[in-house]
Amino acid sequence: MSATLGESPAAAAPAAGAPAARRGAGFGSTVAAVLRKELLVELRTLESVPAMSLFAVTTFVIFHFALNRGSVEGDLAAGVLWVTLLFAAILGVNRLFVADADQGGFDAFLLAPVDRTALLVAKVLTLLGFLVALEIVAVPAFSILLLAPPVGPALGGLAATLALGDLGVAVIGTLVAAMAVRTRARDLLGPLLTLPLFVPIVIGGVRCTAPLLELTHRSGPPARWLATLGVYDLVFGLLAFALFDFLVED
Amino acid sequence: MSSRPYGNGLRALSFATVAAITGALALVFFYAPLEAEQGFLQKIFYVHVPLAIVSLCGFVLGGLLAIQHLRTRDPRWDMRSYVAIHIALIFGLGTLITGSIWAKGSWGHWWVWNEPTLVSFLIVWLLYATYQPLRFAIEDPERQARYASVFAVTAGAFVPLNFIAVRMSTSYLHPRTLSSTSNLPGPMALTFLISLLAITLLYATLCKYELTAKHTRAQVRALRRRLSGETAPARGRSAAPVALPDGAMPAAPGETLGARFGAGSAPGTAG
Repeated sequence: MSATLGESPAAAAPAAGAPAARRGAGFGSTVAAVLRKELLVELRTLESVPAMSLFAVTTFVIFHFALNRGSVEGDLAAGVLWVTLLFAAILGVNRLFVADADQGGFDAFLLAPVDRTALLVAKVLTLLGFLVALEIVAVPAFSILLLAPPVGPALGGLAATLALGDLGVAVIGTLVAAMAVRTRARDLLGPLLTLPLFVPIVIGGVRCTAPLLELTHRSGPPARWLATLGVYDLVFGLLAFALFDFLVED
Repeated sequence: MSSRPYGNGLRALSFATVAAITGALALVFFYAPLEAEQGFLQKIFYVHVPLAIVSLCGFVLGGLLAIQHLRTRDPRWDMRSYVAIHIALIFGLGTLITGSIWAKGSWGHWWVWNEPTLVSFLIVWLLYATYQPLRFAIEDPERQARYASVFAVTAGAFVPLNFIAVRMSTSYLHPRTLSSTSNLPGPMALTFLISLLAITLLYATLCKYELTAKHTRAQVRALRRRLSGETAPARGRSAAPVALPDGAMPAAPGETLGARFGAGSAPGTAG
């Protein structure tokens, strides 16, 4: 896919005028640079992660009243946890490219003589970081506010499941965010496009999490569903790798 | 002129479709035996299942055409991809409605959640329902085509994955039509295959018809613009690098215009 890079006039013309930039950066260092910029921006503005975390905690409170229950367990707990995490993730997905679209980040990136896939990888890692930060807040909050069984013994399986789910959410979220951000109704289209694509992740995630959160007869996440999540991540990772370049051409 | 390849064969295709549908309906009502358990209700099977199969194949076809568009950057492929998905979406709505009727008749509920095929079809349909809003929200025709193609490829790959995931999650309840046509008694299998052929022909005719209509409309617009004195139709208008395959004839910019108006006229017809 990087073969199309040379065809882009935007990428070629300014590079000729800036010999210093033409030394170019390796793929890894480009990813690191963009990732560093993303994390710095997030640290300085505190825009996404606090909002996502607060949203998750508030949603747990909402679920308490909506379900009219003091505590949840089993598949109900798994469902509440995953729905909350996904909706909170959508907040992050919606914000992911807004600064780049509004303040010229896309143009700046296209001016640089680097592989565009680096932007995809950096953004996926950024979103992954946001999601991990969100879960570090949300899972303890969930266990304090709603979860009936103790969360301790489930942590290992939960971490594995959430990691696989997060990877899929990050890949799909990045792909869709790059698509939605430059449309007129970006805040609307983002969730509309992502939610159906998240359905297999919800199915797999809930199947893996439900046995972990049972009060009695607790068991580990079924390997079949972990594998399903992994395959889904892999397929969408490849799709995003193949298609992302077409989204950042102008 | 260059409208010929578009209208070509439309009449023959239409007649073939009418004949096939008439034949299929005749077979459904007069030839296929009544099913023992469900009786007359089971006849909806000959409409519902072909609609579902053709609709899903249409979604995947839209993805394949979109790959072609991304590879060649020829707006005609985007147009075909758009039409394939548009008609498949309409067929999908038909599938959902007929499926619901069948579910009400045989299981007593309009909607059954532990029925994987029904559920995954709904998810796929909901995903594709955002295709038109996505196109609508992008003004630049070139980028609209590009983004729509990316969506079509992603969603096309999602269709089989989603079916696998949902099917894994629930116990089987649905008749497994694709794998069990061999289990159908001969007359039923024959009727089913003829119905499938008829619906496929209907899909092809509608696609062809929509392509022709869009092409013609774009041509008329381009010609009218020339007549009314606004010279240089659509070529200098767009700053985006819109590909004009055949040079300056109205047919060429008509393609990109058509792709654009395709999205514009769609909400009226999609419902």
